[in-house]
Amino acid sequence: MSTDTTVKANATPTYSEAFQSGVREEMTRNKGIFILGTDLQERGGHFAQVKGIAQEFGFDRVKDSPISEAAMVAAGMGSAMYGCHPIIDLNFIDFSLGAMDEIINQAAKIRFMFNKPVPLVIRATSGIALGGAHHCNSLESFFAHTAGLSLAVPSTPMDVKGLIKTALRNEDPVIFLMHKKLSGIRGEIKGDDYFVPFGKAATIKPGKDAVIISYGYSVVTANKAAQALEAEGISVEVIDLRTLYPLDTDAINAAVQKFGRVVVVDEAPLFGSITAEIAATATEANFGSLKGPIVRVGAARAPLSANPAMSEAAIPSVDSISAAVKKVMKY
Amino acid sequence: MSTLDKEKSLAALRQMMVIRDFEETADKLCLRGKVPGGMHNSSGQEAAAVGVMSALAPDDVIATTHRSHHHTLAKGFTPKSVMAELFAKSTGVSGGRGGSMHLAGVERGHFGGNGIVGAGVGIAMGAALGIQVLKDKKVSVGFVGDGGMNTGRTWEAINMAVIYKLPFIIICDNNQYAVETFVGRVTGGGDLAKRASGFGLPSFNINGQDVEEVYKYTAEARERALAGEGPTFINAVTYRYYGHNVGEKGQYRTQEEIAEWRTSKDPIDYFTGVVLERKFATQQEIDDMRASVRTEIDEAVAFAESSPEPAISTITQGVDSGKLGIQL
Ligand SMILES: Cc1ncc(C[n+]2csc(CCOP(=O)(O)OP(=O)(O)O)c2C)c(N)n1
Ligand SMILES: [Mg+2]
Repeated sequence: MSTDTTVKANATPTYSEAFQSGVREEMTRNKGIFILGTDLQERGGHFAQVKGIAQEFGFDRVKDSPISEAAMVAAGMGSAMYGCHPIIDLNFIDFSLGAMDEIINQAAKIRFMFNKPVPLVIRATSGIALGGAHHCNSLESFFAHTAGLSLAVPSTPMDVKGLIKTALRNEDPVIFLMHKKLSGIRGEIKGDDYFVPFGKAATIKPGKDAVIISYGYSVVTANKAAQALEAEGISVEVIDLRTLYPLDTDAINAAVQKFGRVVVVDEAPLFGSITAEIAATATEANFGSLKGPIVRVGAARAPLSANPAMSEAAIPSVDSISAAVKKVMKY
Repeated sequence: MSTLDKEKSLAALRQMMVIRDFEETADKLCLRGKVPGGMHNSSGQEAAAVGVMSALAPDDVIATTHRSHHHTLAKGFTPKSVMAELFAKSTGVSGGRGGSMHLAGVERGHFGGNGIVGAGVGIAMGAALGIQVLKDKKVSVGFVGDGGMNTGRTWEAINMAVIYKLPFIIICDNNQYAVETFVGRVTGGGDLAKRASGFGLPSFNINGQDVEEVYKYTAEARERALAGEGPTFINAVTYRYYGHNVGEKGQYRTQEEIAEWRTSKDPIDYFTGVVLERKFATQQEIDDMRASVRTEIDEAVAFAESSPEPAISTITQGVDSGKLGIQL
């Protein structure tokens, strides 16, 4: 078994480096893994997510692509059916829209129709930061809604590594979303034999009074809100879903039953978002345990603006999450 | 139609100076955090933008890319209104909602910059279809980068323009790099005009550093378009002096290469020489022109700085008309 040596023993790696680490280990093990996307070989991707991998594994296994998203996903899909395990790096998830047919009509359905697995990872940077309307789409519910796709949304370096390794041992198409605002965060990672299963949530912070269920960067905001509420005497548990499909309904049900006061948070516009799915499913299964309606916190139904204050105002904040918790505490 | 007269030459030279000064000024402001989300600097690419616009009528339509300050200024939008949009202020061309990548003024024939590579070509093609349907005497121009030459949507739009004989001009604003990727590494066949000609439209590789050459090819394309002869593809080879995004350097090209383009192929230096040689202006007049441009850009910065932010209460306004479901 190879152990990754590029991450120095005493320095905790960044979120992007954690991705590199997991990919390196799996590439060493499986010759069929290759990466294809724009500006990967020299630049290492826009978020340094594959920095140095081309130099280590060769340009045959880290390929620079033209800006041809439909062809990129098609290339990944065909080669996956043929026996490879490609990572297609779409840069920003917004650019998946030019390959939506390949993802939703093709990759997601091949196994069902042709009994042929499509071991394909589509990696992209997601979430809301500055960048305006075309670079801040929250498309999680599109993908989670599509039978045949799995969806990873890690919020820590540890989970990035553990989840990408699992994805690369899995035989299904995985959408792997890495949040813009998390690229540089640092944290512990584990070694070659550590895998995070899909469909298994993590408790980020234990609590006694209420629970916030979230994923991605919203976990960070939710955690800040929970810390602030602690000072006001409200003890809030924070759960990070880590994958949206499969969804850890056991963890959700257990939390709803335990607390009865539930807030669900993400950055997508509320209408039709994954938070609606979580709230509906949790309510159906646990109506009797709820002390009142589940409260959802999400984004406004509007494209994101270039103006930073407008953009911030459109998405959840520590204040809006705290307010939601206080609302469920009144039940 | 093959040369620019005195008035147009001086206007073109000044416009190129405006773009250069605007970009270099904005670049520094961006490094100081004044341009939320960053920006794509078009320094070096002035001639391709100004040459095209010199050949268009004011109400012709354009749609462009993520790198579109030069197109927007050349189309006649003031440095004030463009700078304010870079600052995401309410006085900007898109009210601060768009930012550097989404400059627009649809009523004035600017159908927008774009965050999605290749998307502007399709929008401009659609505008050309509108012009044809409504029998207007206008043309539409779609800008795309060399990187955008490899996305399918670009060619779908070009094919459609050909079969419908649309009054359409596609300008490849070919600065030879897509982020850090040299055009030659990702462009099958290499010759873009040859590639386009396979779609059945007149296609040219031209010197994008010579504003007059760009003007000439665009003017001829416009004549054909207005005569009902359909679209033209123009690959204007140019060069970007700065990184893809502000602040980026990278090892993908040599300093010698950049220096060579700056010193021997600079579009402003070149055309200043032409203007002097034709005696359209004296050196003193050119110096005065540069000074007046400097003042104009300073005023644009002051305007952007002092402009108000858009109101937070507007974040969900204008998403839809709100009128669906209302009995007409
Ligand atoms: C569909 C899509 N894919 C990828 C990107 C990311 N991206 C933004 S600009 C760019 C390079 C574009 O190069 P080119 O078309 O040559 O334009 P230039 O930046 O040189 O003006 C890339 C890959 C994008 N914005 N849209
Ligand atoms: Mg380019």
